[in-house]
This record gives sequence, structure tokens and C-alpha cells, in this order.
Amino acid sequence: MQLKINENQPVKFMVNEMNQVLKNTNLLIVFIAILIAVSPATATVADEIVVYSARKEHLVKPLFDAYTTKTGIKIKYITDKAAPLLARLQAEGKNSPADMLITVDAGNLWQAAEKGVLSPVKSKILEKNIPARLRDPEGRWFGLSVRARTIVYATDRVKSNELSTYEDLADPRWKGRLCLRTSKKVYNQSLVAMMIAQKGEEEVEALVKGWVKNLATAPFSNDTRVMKAIAAGQCDVGIVNTYYYGRLLKKEPDIKLALFWPNQNDRGVHVNISGAGITRNAKNREQAIKLLEWLSGREAQNIFASLNMEYPANPAVKPDAIVSAWGEFKQDMLNVTKAGELQARSVMLMDRAGYR
Amino acid sequence: MARVNLPILKITTVMLAMVVVLPLLVVFSGWMQSENLVWEHLLRTVLGDLLKNTAWLLLGVGIGVTILGVGLAWLTTRCEFPCRRIFDWALMLPLAVPAYVMAFVALGLLDYTGPVQTGLRETLGSNNFWFPEVRSTGGVITVMTLVLYPYVYMLARSSFITQGNSTVEAARSLGLSAWGAFFRVSIPTARPAIVAGVSLALMEALADFGAVAIFNYDTFTTAIYKAWFGLFNLQAASQLASFLLILAVIALTAERQLRGKAKYHEATRSTNVYRYHLAGWHRWGALFIVSLISLLAFIVPIIQLSIWAWGVLSEDMDGRYIGLLLHTLMLGGMAAGLTVISAMVLAFTRRTHSDFLVRGSVNIATLGYALPGSVLAVGVMLTFTSIDNVLTTMATLIGWQSPGQILTGSVFALVMAYMVRFLAVAYGPIESGLCRIRVGIAEAARGLGDSPLFTLWRVYLPLLRPGLFTAGLLVLVDVMKEMPATMLLRPFGWDTLAVRIYEMTSEGEWERAALPAITLILVGLIPVIVLVRRSAIYQGRN
Amino acid sequence: MSEILEIKSIRCGYEGTIVVNDFTLSLADTTQSCLLGPSGCGKTTVLRAIAGFERITRGEIILNGRVISSKDTQIPPEHRGIGMVFQDYALFPHLSVADNVAFGLRKQGKMKQRKVAEEMLELVGLEDHAGHYPHELSGGQQQRVAVARALAPKPPLLLMDEPFSNLDSDLRERLLLDIHEILRQRQTTTLFVTHDQEEAFIIGDHIAVMNDGYIKQWDTPYNLYHEPTNRFVADFIGQGRLIGGVLASHESVQTSLGLLAGNRSYEWPPETRVDVLLRPDDVLLGVDEGVECLITDRHFKGAQIMYTLRTPGGDELLSLVPSHFDIDIGQKVKAAVDAEHLVIFRQ
Repeated sequence: MQLKINENQPVKFMVNEMNQVLKNTNLLIVFIAILIAVSPATATVADEIVVYSARKEHLVKPLFDAYTTKTGIKIKYITDKAAPLLARLQAEGKNSPADMLITVDAGNLWQAAEKGVLSPVKSKILEKNIPARLRDPEGRWFGLSVRARTIVYATDRVKSNELSTYEDLADPRWKGRLCLRTSKKVYNQSLVAMMIAQKGEEEVEALVKGWVKNLATAPFSNDTRVMKAIAAGQCDVGIVNTYYYGRLLKKEPDIKLALFWPNQNDRGVHVNISGAGITRNAKNREQAIKLLEWLSGREAQNIFASLNMEYPANPAVKPDAIVSAWGEFKQDMLNVTKAGELQARSVMLMDRAGYR
Repeated sequence: MARVNLPILKITTVMLAMVVVLPLLVVFSGWMQSENLVWEHLLRTVLGDLLKNTAWLLLGVGIGVTILGVGLAWLTTRCEFPCRRIFDWALMLPLAVPAYVMAFVALGLLDYTGPVQTGLRETLGSNNFWFPEVRSTGGVITVMTLVLYPYVYMLARSSFITQGNSTVEAARSLGLSAWGAFFRVSIPTARPAIVAGVSLALMEALADFGAVAIFNYDTFTTAIYKAWFGLFNLQAASQLASFLLILAVIALTAERQLRGKAKYHEATRSTNVYRYHLAGWHRWGALFIVSLISLLAFIVPIIQLSIWAWGVLSEDMDGRYIGLLLHTLMLGGMAAGLTVISAMVLAFTRRTHSDFLVRGSVNIATLGYALPGSVLAVGVMLTFTSIDNVLTTMATLIGWQSPGQILTGSVFALVMAYMVRFLAVAYGPIESGLCRIRVGIAEAARGLGDSPLFTLWRVYLPLLRPGLFTAGLLVLVDVMKEMPATMLLRPFGWDTLAVRIYEMTSEGEWERAALPAITLILVGLIPVIVLVRRSAIYQGRN
Repeated sequence: MSEILEIKSIRCGYEGTIVVNDFTLSLADTTQSCLLGPSGCGKTTVLRAIAGFERITRGEIILNGRVISSKDTQIPPEHRGIGMVFQDYALFPHLSVADNVAFGLRKQGKMKQRKVAEEMLELVGLEDHAGHYPHELSGGQQQRVAVARALAPKPPLLLMDEPFSNLDSDLRERLLLDIHEILRQRQTTTLFVTHDQEEAFIIGDHIAVMNDGYIKQWDTPYNLYHEPTNRFVADFIGQGRLIGGVLASHESVQTSLGLLAGNRSYEWPPETRVDVLLRPDDVLLGVDEGVECLITDRHFKGAQIMYTLRTPGGDELLSLVPSHFDIDIGQKVKAAVDAEHLVIFRQ
């Protein structure tokens, strides 16, 4: 016998089934409940500080651990790039759980202050520990470590007296001998921004074009690669942050590379900072300020110095022994705020110059 | 009777579409503010090159994954050569390798400073030898092709298996050469599968930022990030991202239109599976090709990562790795569960009441895959923080204590972001699984006295299980590799292996990134191998 | 009649497993022949060897006087011009019905292609489905398209591999008769592979019964049924039972049903132990003169009833008689043999 199947029948069956499932078990709601249940408690506890950090986890965790050991205050943190953290802070608005924002580069700090997610702090300790040019005049952010972006060269192919300034690297005699990191990295954006502040866009654009002409190979994605390329002979000079050089030296002590401090007869070596500020909607503002003050103090500054071989922002603290061995140098004394103000123009300038 | 309950299913579907649509709307809302300055700048300077680079990348990866995916699938399903059975599944393993990992391995190994060129310089004693520029268009295309071809391979392979080879033989008996039959019959028949695989690969390539950043190769995503990270202009970034979305919509619509009436039903499953027994140098040629691809796409990266990881094992390996691993797996598991359930609801609704609203909702709900991860993540983040803010305000108004960030402070927002991004990945296998279930089967179960709920449980779920399983495993692998949404939306303490890899690679510490990378690949291999085994069983039944 | 296809003692197989051995067969022009055998007997392999999908390691295959396969030469399938119809139809899912049919006519003009496709579809009765896609057709319609497609280029030889095994039985018989008629009209030489003897009987002028890679008998359907030359064919074709006996003379055998005699004489000496093949229609029931047998089983078939009987000597017999002859299981009935000739195998 042949069964005549009604075309609509199966549809009804499935509707019934699915609806019953949805109605009886409310699967989705159960699922959502599970999701929320497995996540950690969201309310902030009184002696707990929440930090959004654009500094990498392995560069902040030792500091926080030390603070927790000392004070018993817990620190919760999340790391990401600066821009997404900033977007998150803005979106969360007054409900944000964050008390403090840590980020690298004055440009990023300036942006955060500009977008209004940081609040001014008046603190004698911070003003004493951190020089004025390394902090926001309004106290919205404070530099905690200083990083110098300087010239690195191959000792077997370049003599230090051949080198003089950043500008000199645009000279045709360096043609095919220069290696640079990508212009998408904020360090280079700040370097160029600071040059714009002092020399004007026109001159700097010509200069950057000169760099691009001298490139031995396409820009690298990070400083370590720049140095390795120089060491391997792909090029002879480059521009890097000193702590990358320090890290490499630790791993390969015999590497034939040396640092050179440029522009010692004029504005000095370009320096930038990593720093922090208290968020506008901090739930735990008092504690967060205490943490910030501690970070500017001797103990934390020593950790900054040794952990990543950066220069302490606090002038009273000596850099790491390896770092000290690279010698004293004249720093660019212009307030790093400039880097933030001019960052967009710097990005556009490098685009125009064809610096990728 | 059924009419009464009808809206529930439909409402769920529409709600799912909303979950996807809201973040996309946030992306489009970037247009509410004009950002002429940024556009003018981009147009005048880099945009032309970016578009050119993106076009080359898509073209190269498209051709690369098609040739590799289809060619390898053909070799392993239709030909017999030494070790075929091993390569049949080994060729799927690169699915577990994230593009950004492959990128830094390739550069670490092959760039000027890498061991290969250094070794050559030392042996030859000079710089005067030709070596292809690694950080180039060709380099990026090669890396992407090697990690993305498994999408095409997997789908083409199962299509070739279902097709059997009698159509090919029919074509040959009608006068076509072996190659002619391949191009005029096998390929057109497998076209839906190939197109699906290639479009998955192209969407990944289009949305990729990790690998291109390591190569410093500027694509359209670079412009998005430049606008956001360099110029701190999220509006302009959203505007740029919306173009990617439009591109994806156009491509998907075009494919659906093109397919039209020729539905490529695999009406009869072929029982006729004969393999060409390759002879002479063809045998060894085939073996050489599959070995070469496996070597380049999987074995060499694994070896290089192992060497690097070994060097840092003592200093970097600590208890936190267990945490990273657990978080990776838990997030992957939760996302896979939610995504599969949602995809099932979509597929069921689509099958039961296919009206305009439902079709539209399903089409929209599967769009998330086309967006770069971080743009989508921002969309999700902005959506859920606003909901959080509303909830908090409401709670305070009625005098409750502020609940804090319920959605964005928990894994909820992150898991939702994964779902939005990977719904399309899960929808495909479930939909095709549902298509194969004849309606009579459910009636038979009802006829035997099962309640509707029981019918679903005892009939549909077991029959759909292969599709659900495949969908879940694919989502799991993708979520474990996912980076930007994880970075932005993970709750405090929820670091994953991918996050750890980012922290290391962004500083150029590839050696230290190797340890989490190889862990991620090994964990990712588990679902991939389960997938492979399932498809092997499937093939064995033929 | 000239020979269009000659297969000369071919051997096929891979590494150690020989699927077909010492297989020889000739097909006369315009005839329709069958390879019949149980599954796994190698019949499909022979077909695929003729089509060029399977290598041969010995012997040769000659089509219209040209060697198309031998140990050393292997003309590719596309240059053989042999039509083929597959078990699973193998229609191209991405092409319309008309395009499927015109597929083998690529070298001809577009107009000609369309005209031939129309003719062929009319021939198989699907002229209204030209624009449809294969998945929109029923199984029987798909098979008609497959036949039309294979016939369109006018191949000198058409091979059909179990083309009806996926269809249900009444559809199968109608389609079979239709296609048989079409093939006869067009005088297409056909080699047809099946495991179903009814199909083979309808379509085959000559049938090769195969087992284990060998031809057991190559003959007309009538002879296969009535004059099987070996036990395998006797058993495989039609129904019937072998009962033991002893040659009484050159013409007669003493069995448990008495002395059976046919119109033929056998060489073996008297007293040779033999088996006699008795078809159900050879055994008469309810006769006056006969041996009393026990009914052990019965199957009603409408016009006839098939009885299973046991002789007093313990042999089993089948008998097909008109259905008004109605006896219950367990009863006894007199049975006698009425055969024109006896099919006898030496024990």
C-alpha cells in the first residue's frame, strides 16, 4: 500500500518539535545562564585595582606582583593594543571597571587624554618623581619609563664617526644600507612627529623620502628584525629602541652591533615614554593613585629598568648596568606631548613619502 | 494547532539575525560622521596601492588554494599512489596552523637573516646568489595559500567522493580526454563545494591582519588599522570596513544568483569508485607533490617551532600554560556549542518556513565571517557595552546595586562575538545535513508513537549528528586560532594561547611565540584529526 | 553477419588478483548480447576493459578490425567511440537534459547538436523535458536521458552496465522493452551487463553466463535454459532441481521418479552415475501414472502454483502447474516427468 504524504505535514512536525524544545527547555536562556555563571565575578571589590594595559603582560605582571606582595591589594588587568582599549574605555563610559590605563608611547597617552577617558591627578609624589617634560601638564598621565629611539650600526662595516644625526641617514651615501621598522609602529610615528615639531613638515617630508630611498629592503615588522638584518649584513644602519638592543645583547653577547647617540650637537636623542593615567570613571581612584605613585618610586622604577632595560623616568633611579654601559647621552628635551598632537600629521607625512 | 506556536522559532531566528546585525550596524554607523580628511588623505596616498595589493593577494590566494585544494583532492580521491591513505588525511592538518604563525615561521626561516639564506651565504661564501624576496606579494600569497588550501581540499574532496567517477567515465566515453573530463565534468559538478571552500579562504585572506602585519604587506585591512590605530579615527576605520562587508555581500549574492536553477543535487550517490592506478613516474610525481605540500605546510613549520620552543622551554614554560590552554579550550567549546545550536535553529527555520523575513535573516546572520576580526570585535563591544550601560542605568533606577558589566565583563560578549563571526562556518554543514533527511523519516517516528520532542531527540539529532559534529569542530578550530576579538573582549584573566602569541610576535620575539604557537597547533590538531577520521569513516562506507 | 567486436582471451586484474581470465567473446554486428552472472563474477570488469577504463594484461580486444586494447596498446576511452550507459546514470548535474544529450556531439555545429538532441529525446519520449536539470527527473526518466546521451553520437557499440538495477520492477520492465525496441530499430550493437536473467532474456539475442572471471556458456536464451552445458549454468539460469540417477541405456536414466527417457543419446557407458536437471515445467502433477510424492511447500503465483515435492527416494523437485490444481502442504500427489530431452551431468 502506498502512503499519500501531505506536503505540509513534515513542516508541521518540525515546527512542533522545535517549538517544544525551545519552550520546554529554553535552551538559549539556559546557555546564557551557564555563560554568565562560568565567568568571574564582575563587581569590583574594594581593595582591587583594575588596569587596562597596552604594555605586554610579561612587562607589567612582575610590577603588579610586587605591589600585591607588598600591600595585599589585588590588581586585575587586561592587555590589548592601545586603540581597542581606548575604544573600550570610551564605550563603557561611567560603567567602566577600569581604574588605570597603562600604555606605551606619548602619542597614545595624549590620545587617551584627548578623548577624555583620563582624569587629572594632583600628587606631590608624582610631581617630584617624574620630570615635567615626561608628564601631562594637567596631570592626566605620567611617564613611567623612558625609551630612547636611536641609531644602531654594524661595527664591522660602519665607523661611529661616519654617523651623526637621524637626518644624515637620508644622505645618498647610505643608499642601500639603511633598515627601518614599519611606519605603522607608533615609535616611528612619534619620532617623525617630534621632528615635525622642530623642523616643520616640508623639511621632514624630504628627509623621510631620503630614508625611503636609502632602504636596503622593505621595512620590517619589528625592531629585532631590523637589528638581525644589520647583523647579517643585509644593511648597515637602522633606528631602534635601545631596550630591543639590550634584549638582543643578552641573548647574543658577541653580536657585532653598537648603538650611536645621534644629534648630540643639537636637539638630542629622541625619547619616548611608557606611562599611565587614572581613568575618569575609576571606581577605586584612591588606591589607583597610590599604585601610580608607587610605580614612579624607586622600587618599581628599578623593576622597570631591569625588566625591559628601559631608562627609569625617575631621575633618581639608575638604569640597569648593561644600559649604563652604553653611556650618557643628551635627550631631546621637548615635551613628549608634541608627539601626540602631531601623530596624525606624522602618519600622513610618512604615507606621502612612501614609507610603508 | 501548529500555528499557535509558530512564531517562537521565527522570532528566535530573527533575534539571531539581530545579534549579527547590531554589530554590523555599528560598523555602518561610522558613516553618520563624515571623515573627509582621512579619505582624502588615503585616496591621495596609499589607497591605490592597498587596493592593488589586496587584489593581487585575493587573486593569488584564490588561484593558489583552488589549484592546491582541488588538485590534491583529485589526487587523493581518484588516484592510487604510494602512501595515499596517509596523505589523504595529512593534507588536512594545516587547518590547525594559524596564518599568523605560518607567517612568522616562514620569515624566521627564509628571510635574509634566517638559517636558509645564512646557510647558503656561508656555503657559497658570498652574497651573489639569487633568492626570492620573502617579504613580498609572492611570499604572502604562498603563506596564505599553504594555510588556507585545506578549506578547499576538504570540501572538494568530499564532493569528489560523492560524485564518484562514473560521470567522468561517461564524459570520456562521449569523447573527452581525461583532462577534458576533469575540467568539463568533475570541476563543474564540484563547483558549489569548490566555490564554498574558496570563498571561505578568500574571506579569511581579505580579513587577515596578523599575517600581513608580520610581512608588513599593506592590504585593505591595513588602511582600516591605519585609520584606527595611527589616526585614532574609529569612524573612518568603520567606513573602510563597511566596504569589505559590501564586497562580501556582493560576492555571496552573485554566487547564489549564478547557481540559479542548476542546483547540483547529488541525486544519486555514486557506487562507482575506481581509482586511476598511477604508473611509472606519475606515481612518484604524485607522491612528490603531496609530500612537498605536507612538508611546507605542516612538517617544516612544526619542526621550526619545536626548535624555537625548545630553546625557551625552561624559562617560559610554567603553570600559566595550563590556564592558557584551558581558556582556549573552554572558549572554543562554549563558542562551538552556542554557534552550532544557533546555526541549527537557523537551518530548521529556513527549512520549515522559508518566507522573505526568514530567508533575509538567515542570509544576514551568516555575514559576520566577512569582517576583519577586530572591526567585528569593536562592533560587538560597542553593542554590548551599550546594553550593559542600559542595564546598569535601569538597575540603579529601580534602586538595585549596579550589576557591573554583565555582558562585556563576562565571557558572554566574547562568545557572542565568536558566534557572530563563525555562524557561517557552522551553518553550511548543518544545512546540507538537514537537506539529506527525508521528511518521511520523522513521520515514521511519529507513527511509532514518539512525541515531537522525542522525535527531534531520537530521529533528527542522530541523523544530523555528522553535520553538527563537523560544524562544531570547524568552529572550535577557528575560535582557537582567533585573535583580535579575543584580545578585545576577553574578561580579566582569560588569556588564551592566541593572546600569548600576539604578545610575543608583536615584539618580534618569534622564538618565545613558538611555545604557545606549537601548543595551539597541537591542541588544534585534535578537532582536525577527529574531523579527518570522521570523513575517513564516511568514505569507507562508500 | 560480420563481427564488430572480438575479445581474444583477455586477462584483467591488479597485483595478484586476476578478475577476468582467458575471456573470449565475439559480437556480431547489430546484435544485442548480454553478460550475465552473479555479482563479483567479473562481468563489469570486461565491460570496462572494452570501454577502455580497465587495462588488460593479456590477449587483445578488436573493434571493427582495429586493436583497441592489448598488453601494450591501450587506446584511451575517448578515442574508441564506444557508447556507455552507467548503473547510476552518471548524468552531468550541471547541464540541462538537452545539453547532456548533446554532450557527445561537440564536433558538430550548434544547430546540428540541437536537432540531434531533440530527435534523441523524442526517441526516448522526453521531448518535453529538454530544459530540465537531471535532479528534476525521476529515476526512469534519468535512465532514458542516459540512453539518449549514449546513442546520440551513433556509437558502433553500446555498453550498458546494470542500467536498470536502481529502478523498481514494473518500471524496469517497461523501460527495458522500450529501450530494447529503440536499440533494435537503430540496429545498435549492444553489450549489456546484468545479474538479472529476466532482463537478460528480454534484451539478449545471445547471453554469456559468467562466473569467477570465466564464461560458462555463450548461447541463446532458449539454449541456456533448456540446454545448459554445465551445472553452474543449470543452477543459475531458471529454476529446477538436479536429481540423482544411473544411466540405464544411452537414452534413459533410472531415478527415484522411475525411468526417464529423452530424445537424445549420451556417450557415457551404462551404469554411470549422473544428475538429471528437472525444470518446474518438466514435472507434471496429478497424473494417473506416476510416483507418489509429498508436497513440502507451495507458492501461489496467480495463474500458477509452484510446488516443492519430495520423492520417496528423498530427492527434491519443483513443479509449476496451473493454479486450479490446488493441493495443501503435507498431502501426497502423483508426479511424472514430461521432458523432450534430458539434461544430464555426470556425477
